Amino acid sequence: MSPDVGLISLFFASIFTSNILLSNFLGMCSFISVSKDFTSSNGLGLAVTFVMTVTTAINWLVYHYLLIPFGLEYLRYIVFIIVIAAIVQISEMVIERMSTNLYMSLGIFLPLITVNCAILGVALFMQIRNYNFLQSVIFGLGSGLGWWLAIVSLAAIRKKVDKSPVPGPLKGPGITLITIGLMAMAFMGFSGMLNVQ
Amino acid sequence: MAQKNWIAIAKDNLWYNNPVFIQILGICSTLAVTNTLINTSIMTLGVVFVTGLSALTVSLLKSFIPRKVRMIAQTLIISFYVIIVDIVLRAYVPEVSRALGPYVGLIITNCIIMGRTEAFAQSNPPLLSLWDGLTSGIGYMYVLLMVAFVRELLGFGTLFGFQILPNNFANWTIMVMPPSAFFMLAIFIWILKGYMFRKEVKK
Repeated sequence: MSPDVGLISLFFASIFTSNILLSNFLGMCSFISVSKDFTSSNGLGLAVTFVMTVTTAINWLVYHYLLIPFGLEYLRYIVFIIVIAAIVQISEMVIERMSTNLYMSLGIFLPLITVNCAILGVALFMQIRNYNFLQSVIFGLGSGLGWWLAIVSLAAIRKKVDKSPVPGPLKGPGITLITIGLMAMAFMGFSGMLNVQ
Repeated sequence: MAQKNWIAIAKDNLWYNNPVFIQILGICSTLAVTNTLINTSIMTLGVVFVTGLSALTVSLLKSFIPRKVRMIAQTLIISFYVIIVDIVLRAYVPEVSRALGPYVGLIITNCIIMGRTEAFAQSNPPLLSLWDGLTSGIGYMYVLLMVAFVRELLGFGTLFGFQILPNNFANWTIMVMPPSAFFMLAIFIWILKGYMFRKEVKK
């Protein structure tokens, strides 16, 4: 709720203390299912960061120059999701052209970025918190990087966990959730430094 | 796809194939609201409403939607119902709507709804799809209510806002903070799956 928050602190806060994944629980589905493998989680993190930055910028422009002047704010969910779907479609085509390897390794998860809650979440947060254009872009970029950092570190941790003796019913999602919980606590350790709500 | 009967669908969605603790779907937008029971119940009621009706609508419209654009068409149908939920919440329970913040809008990207419309409603008759959507919503609801029950009781000492534990009880602050949501869900998964495993072994 503070439109005058500094850009640099906003950037670092959205990476660490208010990490979109660990403090707002957004983007969990793909986070849990993709993080089994390091390479594809790295690629997905990159794709999410890109899509998040671009869609936040476009959604800000659309919201402030199209929806507000015509009094159509209640349509924001539909409009935001259409913008996101369009950008994901475009980046899918670009990635297919540029790097077939990455395209193959992402597979079904690339179109699923559309329904990644983190991307819609960032768009809704920037609107609720009244960020201006520059702040929104920085917020989108920072959140994307934070998501990337979280998924890559989880993928690395899960490599180790796979080799450990875990009780049967806790295997798979259970132990992963506990790992994420511990990661969330570690990230919260940064919260004395900066605070952006 | 062979048609399953109604009871088998309900059993599947509520227990054997529960969206939350077996498939780990849709926990994205809702772990955050499980720190109080009131928010959780309203949020999950919204989810049940949206899952049921969007499954019904998708099933009714499935022959009119070209396969290529079905994803975006489903998303639009879902957003339509989410907008209704949002407007109703803002009109009748404005303070809950404020507390939920962006998470009402995030019902759109709840993977359960997308999963049910894509996997079930696309290939099944309307009423059966409605039933499937409703039961998977309820399967999601009761797991979240259990998580919220523990978190609110230990975090604030209250249930639905009423003081339950004695005043000198020291609240576990960690319970209202994000990490505990992960721990609680993991513990519930552990218990429920352990129970399931034991039953299978007995058979």
